[in-house]
Order: sequence, then structure tokens, then C-alpha cells
Amino acid sequence: MKNPYRTQKIAFFLLFLATLLIVVPVGLIVVIIIQKGLPAINWQFLSDIPRQGMRAGGIFPAIVGTIYLVIGAIIFALPIGLLSAIYLSEYSKDNLLNRLIKLAIVNLAGVPSVVYGLFGLALFVIFFKFGASILSGSLTLGIMILPVIITTSREALESVPYSFREVSLSLGASKWQTIRHIVLPNAIPGILTGTILGLGRAAGETAPILFTVAAFYLPRLPNSIFDQAMALPYHLYVISTQVPNVDEKIRYGTAFVLLALVLFMNLVAIIIRYKFRKKKKW
Amino acid sequence: MVKFDIKDLNIWFGSIHALKQVSMEIQANEILSVIGPSNSGKTTFLRMLNRLNDLNQNFKMSGVIKLEQEDIKNINTELLRKKVGMVFALPLPLPLSIFDNVAYGVRMHGTKNKKVLGEIVEGSLQEAYLWEEVKDRLNESAFKLSGGQQQRLCIARTLAVQPEVILFDEPCSGLDPISTAKVEDAMVKLKQKYTIVLVTNNVKQAARVGDRTAFFLNGELIELDKTDKIFTAPQDKRTDGYIRGKFG
Amino acid sequence: MRKFKEFIIEKLVLICGLASIFFVVLIFLFLLKEGLAVFKTVGPFKFLFGKSWYPISEPAQLGILPLILGSLLVTVGAAIISIPIGVGCAIYIAEIAPLKIKETLKAGIELLAAIPSVVLGFIGMITLVPLVKTVFHLPTGLTALSGSIMLAFMAMPTIVSIAEDALYSVPKTYKEGALALGATHWQTIWRVMLPAASSGILAAVMLGIGRVIGETMAVMMITGNAAVMPNSILAPVRTLTATIAAEMGEAVVGSEHYFALFAIGIVLFVISFAINVTADLFLHKRQ
Repeated sequence: MKNPYRTQKIAFFLLFLATLLIVVPVGLIVVIIIQKGLPAINWQFLSDIPRQGMRAGGIFPAIVGTIYLVIGAIIFALPIGLLSAIYLSEYSKDNLLNRLIKLAIVNLAGVPSVVYGLFGLALFVIFFKFGASILSGSLTLGIMILPVIITTSREALESVPYSFREVSLSLGASKWQTIRHIVLPNAIPGILTGTILGLGRAAGETAPILFTVAAFYLPRLPNSIFDQAMALPYHLYVISTQVPNVDEKIRYGTAFVLLALVLFMNLVAIIIRYKFRKKKKW
Repeated sequence: MVKFDIKDLNIWFGSIHALKQVSMEIQANEILSVIGPSNSGKTTFLRMLNRLNDLNQNFKMSGVIKLEQEDIKNINTELLRKKVGMVFALPLPLPLSIFDNVAYGVRMHGTKNKKVLGEIVEGSLQEAYLWEEVKDRLNESAFKLSGGQQQRLCIARTLAVQPEVILFDEPCSGLDPISTAKVEDAMVKLKQKYTIVLVTNNVKQAARVGDRTAFFLNGELIELDKTDKIFTAPQDKRTDGYIRGKFG
Repeated sequence: MRKFKEFIIEKLVLICGLASIFFVVLIFLFLLKEGLAVFKTVGPFKFLFGKSWYPISEPAQLGILPLILGSLLVTVGAAIISIPIGVGCAIYIAEIAPLKIKETLKAGIELLAAIPSVVLGFIGMITLVPLVKTVFHLPTGLTALSGSIMLAFMAMPTIVSIAEDALYSVPKTYKEGALALGATHWQTIWRVMLPAASSGILAAVMLGIGRVIGETMAVMMITGNAAVMPNSILAPVRTLTATIAAEMGEAVVGSEHYFALFAIGIVLFVISFAINVTADLFLHKRQ
């Protein structure tokens, strides 16, 4: 006789185990990087250029490069993404075009990051002759994070109650006035969350910038948007696989800075979302 | 004077025939009560008068609605909605302060002058019998008001854009009897200046405030007459049955 | 004037709405533009099923079968590991975990999704690779197996969150009905919840696999990058993505090698397109 309660106990234990198998390594990864990376962090590491073929010195140009790239990506992706989300949530009708757009977004989100790299190389670097530059890298990253921004912004817009729109329209406000004065202000926390998540994603990606911007070793700051730049994720890749005999401390330190940057952005996004939920008035 | 002149109005939402061959006139400065069981088409009828039904993708209509002899299809939607205001079933303040709620519509129509806005807000709140209760806290969130206060705020917000007609869509369905009485009082006084169309589930409310009453059933206008007559000697059996609570 | 402004805005918004379609098509067109040229020198069949990838030898041999098999091997390995664990975790979070722990677990999964792949690759190099080396007594730990484990891990956030959504959206009445008939909680999950959520879970698995196939950096850092026909899961392999990432830097623009790498990009694009469209169909079937 099989005892259903014993079966349940075993099953639940296995499920718990599966969960541990995911969560514990995540914790370990973060702990290892903090434990080994934090001691490497000091002012000099953060503010100095890399020296002796990246075996000494700091990572300042890589930090700056990543910040430039992320800002460039968001300048490109936020307006398009936001307007696209407004189209989907406020203007589109339930028709074939709408379905096609949604499908395109899903696919854009699923394109492998290295394929974005190829695309950026072909379009921006070669076709538009921007060369390997911050501009090319930013645009490539911008297109890559577009789906994240569209999807989260759309959710934020759609979570604003429909009745607010009706009230505004019934008072004689136009459609755009309604969007501008009622829908957008109430969706801003959600849009901000999506934008920051997009930023985090852009900051951490390596493959799309490999051929579009990343400089292997450029111990100075970029001069213009047409200049190449170092970037944190690529720098970490380079010093962990391409350059022999790099001090472990530098590797862990770089990994720590990158992880801290990305997690900080995510944390900010989570806090905004949490505060908004608590403050929500309807 | 005839405010609305409606002829052979049919409305469909997809395959649902929501209103069938409705023809009627709405007089200026009267309160027209619209009663009927749920899904009888009375809210659809109401939302036709300010073209709020147009927001529905599957909406189709035939027939003519004239506002003071002009087909509402030819009137700019925003202007029409300014002339024909609406108060919804539930109190629906916008997530703004009390002041900004009332000023919202006025601002959207282009008034920016602070002094003018202040006067309009005060006047509208007084007309809706809310001024005394909120005059010291105009900058607080509208959500801090009680349900009844919120509904009167919504009335004030509608009045602020200086409409000619006000549509009430079951305005007291979420309110307690005392708040209901206050809203009804307001309505009766408003009638001097405005034309009022009141959709209600509450037959007694229709009897209390309506000059004339229309009875809708399954998308058809069954009967329209003086309120006294509808409630004492209805022509149609179905009207009689509904009023006596036999169905609905 | 106001009408005109509304009109302009509506058109502008529409154009941005179409941006996603525009970019998907643009990506595909540019991959084709640069990639199709390779078929002037090597037939499509030979390209897909040729057993040797020596892009810079003279003459170049451009068969990507070893790379396809490398990707396949790593992906299958990752799927075998990640599907049971990921779906199990989703069930635990959706059905069993107490409310407070649930939020923590979800945050943990989100955290995993946020870690950049190059950081995971770095950690994998330092922890997983030596571990595999010692456990299996191998000359190197840079193997398909290490890649599979790492990728399984990276597919988890996708699988867990979408599968959990699918379980969550099963109508409460199903569950209550089963429990009311005297079924245990586990019987209810196994017999009622899982079948009801099956298309969503399938979509979760597919999107997880899509993530695995497209993953680049971590895979490049820990699979050893040997572009040979794989014969064991304990040998180094090279995937489609890693090949592009590793070689594009050296390929001369306009060379056969360059075209071939773009052609690999076409293959990846088509695979991810197919996976995403199918998964989307499953997700919509559910609603």
C-alpha cells in the first residue's frame, strides 16, 4: 500500500532540494565575489588607469566606458521604448498589427546577445561607418534593451486604472492630454523600474560590445562618442582569459565592481517598485 | 426647448445588439430618470450622449442624435464632452489633490490663470455643496475624502467645465442613504441650470427626483412619460411589473 | 491646432510602436546581407553538415557541424539538468513555500537573472572547472559538462519565473475542487495543477532553452573552445555563439571567414526565432 502522505513528504522534500540547488549557489557566488573582491577595492583601483598590460593599476577607464555606454543606450532606447509602450497600451487595437508587434518584441528579447554584436558590427560599424565606437556600442545595446523597456513600461501604463482615462476623456480632455496628465504621471515608477533594469542589463552585457566598441587595452579615457572605450564586462573577460598572470585580486576586484554596479541598479529598481506599491492610491 | 433629439438609435458591440430603435427627446432643464434592470441598455444609452461608447473597439451605431439640432457626430468630441458632462457610478477622483481634481477639466480646456481657476474651483465646489467641508484642505489628496464627499467632488469637477447637460450613471450606487440624500438634493438644485439625465437602479430615486422617467428593457425603450404617470398608471405591463419589483 | 497636434503625436507613437518590427527585420536583413555571401564558396549543405571548421587554413574549410553539435550537446546537457530542477523550484515557490520565504526565494532568482554572464563565467572558471577536472580525473575541466552545468544555472530564472506564472494562473477552483475530493496537496499538484499549467510550463522550458542556445560569454569561458566533432560530454567543445565571439575580432571584413561567422549568426537567429514563436504560441494557448 502506498501511503499518499509519505509520497507527499518525499515529493515536497525533493522540490525543496531543487530550490536549494538554485538558491544556495546564487548566495555562494555573491558571497565569494564580495569576500574576495572587496579587499581589492581601494581608491587607487577605482580611479587609476590599468598599468603593466592590465596586471596592475586600476579599472577607471573601464568604469567610465561602461557608464558612457549605458547612458548612450538609454538615451536611444528610452524615448523609442516609452512611445512604443504608449502605442501598445493606449492606441493599438486588437488586430493583426498589434499581434505582430508583440511577436517582434518577444523575438527581439530572444535574439542571442552575440547576434546583436554581429548586427551592430554590420550596421553601425561598417554600414554607417561609425567604426568601433561608443556610438556604435550604445546603439547596439540600446536596441538590445528595447524589449525590456517596452514590456515594463507597457505593464506600468496598463496598470493605471481604465476609469481614470474615462474620467479624463469625459471632462473633454483629448487623448494625448489624458495620457500626458493622467496616465504617464501614474506610470512613472513602473517606467523607471523598467528603465533601470534595462540599464543593468546593458551594463553587464559583453557579447554585443565585443566588435562594436570594446577596446582590449586603452589606458586613457575616450575623447568622443566616436572613440573606442574599455568596458567593465569585456575587461573582466580579457583579464580572466586573454591575459596570463593577472593577479587574482584584480580579477575579483573587477568582478566585484561589475556585480556591485548591476546589483545596485536592480536594488534601486526593486526599492522604487516596493515604495510605489505601498503608496499606490487605488 | 429640446436639448437632445434621438432618432432610431441602434447600438451594437460586436454581435450584441445593445440598443434597439430608440427614439426620444430630452428637454432642457429637466431631470430625466432612466430605469430598467441591469443589461437593459440604459448605461449604453447614457454613454452614447457624450460618445464615451466610441472607446469600445467593437462599437457600431446607426441613427441620429442631435444636440440642439446639431448631429453629435459633427461636433468635435472634446467640445461635446465639455458640453455634456458625466458623473460615474463609483466616486472616481483622479489621483490628484482636491483642487487639481476640480481644476483638471478647466485646465485641459486651456485656462491657466490661477485666479480664474481658483474662482471656478470655489464656485463649483459650492454648487456641489462640498465647499464648506473642504475649503481648508484643497491641497490634500482627493482620496482622503469620504465616499459621499468624493462623489460630490466628482460632481463639482463636472460642473467646473460649465456643461449644459450632466449625465449621472447610477451616482449613488456606492453611497449610504445620507450621502445619497445630499447628492439628490444637489441634483434637484442643479436642474435650474442644467439638463440632467439620471440612470439609476433605484426605482425610488427615479420617483423622487425625476421629472420624466424612461423605462428600458432588453435594449428597447418601453415607455417614457411624466414620472407621476409612470409610477401611478403605466401604459405597459412590463413597466408596471418592473416598478412593482416583479423582476429586475 | 489641437487636432493637428493630436494627429502628429498619434503618428509618432505609431512609428515607435513599429520600431520593434523594424529592428527585427533589420537585424535579419543585415545578417543575410553579410552572411549569404559565404554560400558563393561553400554550398549550404556543406556549410551546415561539413565536419571541419578550419576557417583560416588555405583553402578554408567552413563546415559548422562540430559547432552545431557542440551547441546541441551543451544545450541538451543543460536542459536535462535545468528542467527538473527549475520546474521543481517553480512548484515549490508557487505551491509550497510559506509566503515570507516565497518573496525571499523570488528575490534570489531575480538576483541570479541580474548577474552578468561574464561574471558567472568567471566564477565558473574558478570554481566549477577545477571541480569537474578533479572529480572526473580529466586533463582539463574546460568541458561540455562544465558548460552544461553553468548554462543550466543560467536558464533557471527564465524557467522558474515563467513556470511559476503558469502555475499561479491555474484557476483556484481546480485546486479547491481536487482538495475537496480528499486528494492530498501533492496529488493535487501532480494530477491537477501540472496538467493544467502544462502549456505554460512547456513555454518556460522552451524559453529557458532559447536562453541557453544564445548564451555566449560564460560558455566561451568554460567549454574549452575546441572546434572539433564532440565525442564526449567530458571533452572540450565549442558552440555556435562562442565561435562568433571568439573569432570575429580576428576575421578580416569581407573575407570568407567573416561571411561564415555571419552565416552562423543567421542560423542562431533562425533557431531563436523558431523557439520564441513556438513558446509564444504555447503561452497564448493558455490564456
